[in-house]
Amino acid sequence: MRHIEWKNIVEVVKALCIKAAYELPPDVLTALQKAAQSESNPLAAKILQQLVENARLASEERIPLCQDTGLAVVFVEQGGEVVIECPAGKTAVDAINAGVTAGYEKGFLRKSVVSEPMQHRKNTGSNCPAVIHWSIVPGDKLKITFMAKGGGCENKSAFRMFKPTAAAGEIVDWVVEVVKNAGADACPPFVVGVGIGGNFEVSCLLSKKALIRSIDKPNADTFYAGLEKDLLIRINRLNVGPQGLGGDTTALAVLIETAPCHIASLPVAVNIECHSHRHGEIVI
Amino acid sequence: MAVKLIRPPLTDAFIRSLKSGDEVIIAGTIYTARDVAHKRLCEAIEKGVSLPFDIKSALIYFCGPTPAPPGRPIGSAGPTTSSRMDAFSPALIAAGLKAMLGKGYRNQAVRDALKQHCAIHLSTIGGAGALLAKHITSAEIIAYEELGTEAIRRLEVVDFPAIVAYDCYGNSVYK
Repeated sequence: MRHIEWKNIVEVVKALCIKAAYELPPDVLTALQKAAQSESNPLAAKILQQLVENARLASEERIPLCQDTGLAVVFVEQGGEVVIECPAGKTAVDAINAGVTAGYEKGFLRKSVVSEPMQHRKNTGSNCPAVIHWSIVPGDKLKITFMAKGGGCENKSAFRMFKPTAAAGEIVDWVVEVVKNAGADACPPFVVGVGIGGNFEVSCLLSKKALIRSIDKPNADTFYAGLEKDLLIRINRLNVGPQGLGGDTTALAVLIETAPCHIASLPVAVNIECHSHRHGEIVI
Repeated sequence: MAVKLIRPPLTDAFIRSLKSGDEVIIAGTIYTARDVAHKRLCEAIEKGVSLPFDIKSALIYFCGPTPAPPGRPIGSAGPTTSSRMDAFSPALIAAGLKAMLGKGYRNQAVRDALKQHCAIHLSTIGGAGALLAKHITSAEIIAYEELGTEAIRRLEVVDFPAIVAYDCYGNSVYK
């Protein structure tokens, strides 16, 4: 068995939070730069250049990329041979939250979490609790993937149950409609996460999980890779464009993840992500 | 086309000179307010209580910045989604608010209020909070401090870029 210290996890999560807020990942920055060059609408090209400039300023002058430094979404893959050494009364989940608390405090990041949704909506002051998805995998490593998920784009996400006999075209039409409805409000150009299969909650989780894949990497299955490509073409014909002001660049990528599902079901979820797609991972 | 300068306080005559699609820069004093602050401002108007700042001829920026690090007036400070303020904006426009700054769409009630009271809605670059913060020279909390990032701040801005998204004639920049 391999032992990993609680403190080690806290430090890694803290570093991931801060890095995500200040440094746009290379896959996203490259996509924005490419789009700025290929965009045919002059205003759209100008906005894309401003987004590239925003990324430069954020990194060089240490100003967060966006004032919405997000809800902390953390995926943990724990190797079956890994034991996490926790202080008395603490768990590995506490380590993730302690890392988020420290990262958002030391990084001068906005704390955007309220402790309950409908009565007092009091800010927790720590950006916790993080949304944590934990899975056990073979091996002796601990992989922590962090995403700072903005609220404006999350608000435009959607879910729908299709008939199991639905044609691919019906699903494509609906996903395109969801993106169109997200429009200017959700900070296009988007990264569109699509979860297909599983059940009600699994499809939503898959749509989130899709977003942590590098955006230049298509689905390993050729059918779904083709669907990603078709969807991206359709979405970029919407003429929503950067900030909703028109243009060829409504999405930078479409990422699909799938899972087995019930014979009666074909659940599909779309998680809208803004261009400030802040994600990173560390393997301990 | 020359970029127009928006410097509050804003007059009806000036608002009428702006058309949807115009690129503008903002200078001078503006106020931040987002969801909860809007709710409180509207409650104050309803109760006849005076507002924490003079809303007449003013510009409100829908923004909740990140904390200011040492040596800077403000952290990252881009716009939040304007449509969340749709339920509150008409009352503020009726009270004399002349311009709002945010991102994305406004509903028909807001667009009607813009027409009726001669006001505009501006959009700026969502997700460019670092770039936009460079145009803010000072920030001071003037009300609802307990709301943290959602408190009302008085900002001084220079060359702050925006576009007229909805003008006072019922036109929109969005297709």
